[in-house]
Amino acid sequence: MASFGSFALIIALALAAYNLLAGALALRLIATGQPARISPERLADTARRAGIAGFLAITGAAFALIWSVFTNDFSITYIMEHSNRALPAAYKFSALWSGQEGSLLLWAWLLGTYGFVLRLTHKTDVKLYAYAGTILAGIQVFFLLVLNFAAPPFALYRGVIPADGNGLNPLLQYPEMVIHPPMLYLGYVGFSVPFAFALGALMMRYPGEKWIKVTRVWTMVTWLFLTTGIFLGMHWAYAVLGWGGYWGWDPVENASFMPWLTGTAFLHSVMMQEKKGMMKSWNVWLIFSTFLLTLLGTLLTRAGLVSSVHAFAQSSIGTWFIVFMGIVLAVCIFTYVLQRSHLKSEHHMESLVSRESSFLFNNLVLLTACFVILWGTLFPILSEYVVGNKVTVGAPFYNRVAIPIGLFLLFLTGVGPLLPWRSTSLKSIKRNFILPVIALWATVIVCFAVGVNPWKDGAFSNGSFYAIVSFAVSAAVLTAILSEFLRGAGVISRQTGRNLLVSTWLLTRRNTRRYGGYIIHIGVVIVVVGLAGAAFNTSQEQELGLHDKLLIGPYTLECIGFTQDSNDNFDSDYAMLDVYRNGKKQFQMTPEKRVYHASDQPQTMVAIHSLPSWDLYVVYEGTNPDTSQPIIKAFLNPLVGWIWAGLVILIFGTFVALVPSITPATASLRVPATRAAPSEPALKGGD
Amino acid sequence: MGAPARFTFWMRAACAPFISRTSRNEWDSKTLASQTKPPAFWIKSAEALVLAVAVCFSMGATDSGARYHDLNHRLMCTCGCAQLLGECNHVGCPSSGQELSELSADIAAGMSDEQIFSAFTAKYGATVLAAPTTHGFDLVAWIAPFAVFGAALLGTILLIRRWAGLAGAKAQTAGQTIAIDDPADIERRERIRRETGADGGF
Repeated sequence: MASFGSFALIIALALAAYNLLAGALALRLIATGQPARISPERLADTARRAGIAGFLAITGAAFALIWSVFTNDFSITYIMEHSNRALPAAYKFSALWSGQEGSLLLWAWLLGTYGFVLRLTHKTDVKLYAYAGTILAGIQVFFLLVLNFAAPPFALYRGVIPADGNGLNPLLQYPEMVIHPPMLYLGYVGFSVPFAFALGALMMRYPGEKWIKVTRVWTMVTWLFLTTGIFLGMHWAYAVLGWGGYWGWDPVENASFMPWLTGTAFLHSVMMQEKKGMMKSWNVWLIFSTFLLTLLGTLLTRAGLVSSVHAFAQSSIGTWFIVFMGIVLAVCIFTYVLQRSHLKSEHHMESLVSRESSFLFNNLVLLTACFVILWGTLFPILSEYVVGNKVTVGAPFYNRVAIPIGLFLLFLTGVGPLLPWRSTSLKSIKRNFILPVIALWATVIVCFAVGVNPWKDGAFSNGSFYAIVSFAVSAAVLTAILSEFLRGAGVISRQTGRNLLVSTWLLTRRNTRRYGGYIIHIGVVIVVVGLAGAAFNTSQEQELGLHDKLLIGPYTLECIGFTQDSNDNFDSDYAMLDVYRNGKKQFQMTPEKRVYHASDQPQTMVAIHSLPSWDLYVVYEGTNPDTSQPIIKAFLNPLVGWIWAGLVILIFGTFVALVPSITPATASLRVPATRAAPSEPALKGGD
Repeated sequence: MGAPARFTFWMRAACAPFISRTSRNEWDSKTLASQTKPPAFWIKSAEALVLAVAVCFSMGATDSGARYHDLNHRLMCTCGCAQLLGECNHVGCPSSGQELSELSADIAAGMSDEQIFSAFTAKYGATVLAAPTTHGFDLVAWIAPFAVFGAALLGTILLIRRWAGLAGAKAQTAGQTIAIDDPADIERRERIRRETGADGGF
């Protein structure tokens, strides 16, 4: 299988190189109109077919690696280092991305898959797709070069082949780890497609904004994958790392967040280009930056430039990525300088207070957040270079700098949709903002009334202060969004005589993009409320002997026993805890500590009891060597469940936004004509 | 200038754009102390609000438990786990136990935050601090994000104002040369306004 996999990778490289060269030559011949022996259209089609064949070759290589994992082929170094015989089947798949070589192969395979779909749908716009396909082939050539020459996944083990492998990193032996990395990679790799379309459209001076419409679905789906991947990573960190949190501002977490921020900025500002022909250069650079940031993320993960808890995937391929990023940046700058006259805006903004300017400010804040994170991530390197002194840039820095920026962004989330296009009047501001402002202050008053205030243990707490601001702004934003729904649904209700719920459904169907966007914003608000809950986390750590009790919040945890278990993969120690509330037994929790045989590494399995109001989170930290008693740490983490609920709403909103709107004509067929009120203005449908 | 005077100065500077021309002139005059007319109620209220917020932010942790928690979340565990000292959860961690007891001892000895950080830095190196300090080159880490945000915000505002000015001039020129009085044009313009207004597209 190793020979088959290696051969498949070489074939894939040859096909990608042909796709790139033949595609570029064909497009050049078409652009210049030079006569050639072979028709440029036919040459371009052979390039496209080479791309499809390349996908099949990479699929063969990926299959070979998976097959080798399942057949325990420890003659392959990668399999020996990342798998073992007792590894459960689901985690054998995880072995594909647990190490550098495998994850690069996964990247190449996903890129091949995206390219495959793109090349099959080329009839949408043959020339634009030919440009995009050729650019994707260029990216694929890079990854296949790395796979063939710098990080070969099928390298053979030197020496006597061991009977069993080293096993998978225990941190990765968790169900979410079977989904989280592929999701994240689908997001990372997916941004190659809008990048290829943007660069291709710029190279060919594509007329109009059709390329944006073509890539919209690609961009949104990619964004959804990246979002889901980030949240799954947060949940994994929460459930596995055992420190009670979900986001530690680790450089690799930051690396996934940066392209998300620029990608989100692009999804907003691209609407300006579609609607008004504005911000063309800005959008092109946003998508270029997003793609470059995905490469930077991979560089940070793989090259070990910064210290991170994701150290399991560090290596020396950083130089390859730096050179490739340099080439990509040079190509982007060169193309932009050459074709910038094509990107002149058709309109300009007319007012500081308008929908257009809110989009611009939204972009500004998102990019500032991205800069803050990039700056914080790279500052240790910069500091070492400038003053020879490496520093740590951790959570306290980001909490101080990024949280106010995030709150401002949340504020804009509510304000933006309330502003009309072009300009606005004081009267309209008063009309649209009165309810949100009331909701904001009502929330502040309620917070103080129920004892949530910025003072903690007699001192002013920045965390609690920010949490109250988050709750208040979230309430205002939610009110603003719901009032938008109600206003539109009210018009439809008056027109059709349907109730408000049905009218809201009709309203959403008529403009899925707009109202899907609002649902996404609701999801974001719910997530923010969940994040704000972290300001009120509490924890207790205690040695627990038999029938000892630990008190946390309204709960009493009583230790009723300890036990041990063992299987082929790991040994485990459990603590069995009965949980009481108001003297009544509620449920039992069994936090666990495992030691994996193959790697001899320990791993925590946290016990979590989740309620809408809080999570009871219990960690078996280990045994005190002096007393032989287990140490239990319990956390009461308010509102964490809201984060995951927010993600579900966010995903739902994205699906709604992806569904095509029904036209008003179609919609009108669904409502009884006799009920229509002709005096009401028809609500705009479509985009 | 003493602290109260400095606060008053900045307070007035912050409120200046919002106050009427008359009262601003009054503030500018050097005979402020001898004025008999009190400043407007809302200016006083704004002063009180800003003062309250400033006081809130300047308050430190008074309780030693809260201070201990605050400080162990501003230091890193040095075992290589890349976690904050207060959040390192490795049983048998070779570093966190010792660091935490040193921190407790330093607090009990009455050392200031600055002294504690200096002692930790001297012993474990600069990477023991979870965030850059506010002096020397480290200060750049704190200033750069706000400087970039401020510059970008200012640039955006200026750009929009310039565009708005250009759009206004263009409309004026167009208005001088073409008079739109065709009822069909007027109706079309109204329809566009309706559709791109508060109820229109996204």
